[in-house]
Amino acid sequence: MSAESTRKLIALAAIWITLLLAPYWMAPLGGYTALATRVLVLGLAAMSVNFLLGFTGVLSFGHAAYFGLGAYGAGLTLKFLALSTPLALVAGTLLGGVCGAILGTLIVRRRGVYFAMVTIAFGQVFYYIAFQWSSLTGGDDGLRGFSRQPIDFGFFKLDILSSADNFYFFVLFCFALVVAAMGFILRSPFGRTMIAIRENERRSRFLGIPVERHIWIAFTLSCFFMGFAGALYALVNNFADPRGLHYSQSGDFVMMAVMGGMRSFWGPLLGAAVFVVLQDYLSSVTVNWMSFVGLLFVLVVLFFPRGLLGFIQRSKA
Amino acid sequence: MNVLEINNVTKRFGNLVAVRDVSLSVAKGELCAIIGPNGAGKTTFFNLLTGQHAPTSGRIVFDGRDITGTPPHGIAHLGIARSFQRTSIFPTLSLLDNVWLAAFARQPSWRGLAWRRTDRYPELAERAMAMLDEVGLAGKAGEPARAISHGEQRQLELAIALAATPRLLLLDEPAAGLSPDETQKMVALVRRLKGRYNIILIEHKIDVVMSRSDRIAVMHFGGVIAEGPPAEIQRNAEVRRAYLGGIAPP
Repeated sequence: MSAESTRKLIALAAIWITLLLAPYWMAPLGGYTALATRVLVLGLAAMSVNFLLGFTGVLSFGHAAYFGLGAYGAGLTLKFLALSTPLALVAGTLLGGVCGAILGTLIVRRRGVYFAMVTIAFGQVFYYIAFQWSSLTGGDDGLRGFSRQPIDFGFFKLDILSSADNFYFFVLFCFALVVAAMGFILRSPFGRTMIAIRENERRSRFLGIPVERHIWIAFTLSCFFMGFAGALYALVNNFADPRGLHYSQSGDFVMMAVMGGMRSFWGPLLGAAVFVVLQDYLSSVTVNWMSFVGLLFVLVVLFFPRGLLGFIQRSKA
Repeated sequence: MNVLEINNVTKRFGNLVAVRDVSLSVAKGELCAIIGPNGAGKTTFFNLLTGQHAPTSGRIVFDGRDITGTPPHGIAHLGIARSFQRTSIFPTLSLLDNVWLAAFARQPSWRGLAWRRTDRYPELAERAMAMLDEVGLAGKAGEPARAISHGEQRQLELAIALAATPRLLLLDEPAAGLSPDETQKMVALVRRLKGRYNIILIEHKIDVVMSRSDRIAVMHFGGVIAEGPPAEIQRNAEVRRAYLGGIAPP
């Protein structure tokens, strides 16, 4: 085994051990378990955005729509259909993913700024639907009146509602599944064609890669991941917020991805951690917390164009 | 039977006629060169052959099959590969991955597309290495494509086209921007390919193509003004030196 792959393996082990032990080291540092849970869920969303942005090279500014759809899908399922956490997750994922797949067919022919604009436009459609359709979605107040349910394994029930640690490990398990799926896809020939499209779309086309179809597949996959993250987010808060569909939320996800490092797989998770922890800490000090996060973002983009993780990797090498 | 038959192909962009009523054929094993000054429509002609643009009128028949208006990725799967005048590679990927992608993309069935690991395709890796070896870059297989010299990138460009196992190879000024030494290397490379591939070669430098082509077509203002074996064109070209200016031998 080469030195490089050994180093990668060690880094990977370090990431997972840090995540596994988060409930134990966060408390002494002044954090709390629910904060770690939020980092995981928003990190997953940022990684889904980056699946498109960093590895296919197309910028979606409306991905919060599929995140929000996932949240509403999970919430509505728990409220009206069945008291089952797994079912809520499946419903949220499907709602986000299927809507993404359908709209994706219209979006993938655009490029650059036009791609971003069309994604924003479709995203806002869902925002206004959630905002206006009060009888179903609760409108501006958001969807309330549901809560995550214990996971029933038959021989015992895992209580994820009152035990924050149990819920964290449940979310970590879900996170691991999706991240593994992403990793496998990016290592496959399909992942290689995504990177080829990012690097040189014209060349890819002339090599025989059906570029539009591949961007559509990447977009759809990313929307499924996004829907899943959104469904988890509804479980975190026992609440679905129309602002979770808004394009400013999409902007936050893009910010996390870029701040962490969009050319790296794990960068967006680091970006989300910085974003969430700063938000949690600063918002108790000042209502203008976003100015400080924005300032940090500007500094990172100006001085570490490869993102925080890119900077850390470079200084180690 | 001819590999490629082009019948009266015309391409208009608004009022501009970029390619005017061009007919050309390529026989098996032949190297056919297209020469002409800048703006004569040579690259647009390639763009028509590879599906980048659909011709306004006319027909393109490849292997006995009408391919007029087929999109670029479809053309690639039929077995037409091209190189670009302006180097078009994947800059951050390694040389091997650049060529590997070309070999992979050409596969008829993409089994294991989403879950098989990219290193589980030994036959493709082997083919990619062989193509790098053919253009003399096997020693740099692991380097990122943006790190090699311009001359080497031109060679990589060629390796990418070859990796697609083309039935027809379209080379758009492979020696563009090369030093005299590098040009010599590229000429030798193209000569080695002759006979093994059916080739259409666009070239600016007339001396590069004169001795190597089976047939030469001269394009000017979108139309073919002369076509024939090199000796004939040479005589013709001298007559037209004043007219063609830029393509006359120095």
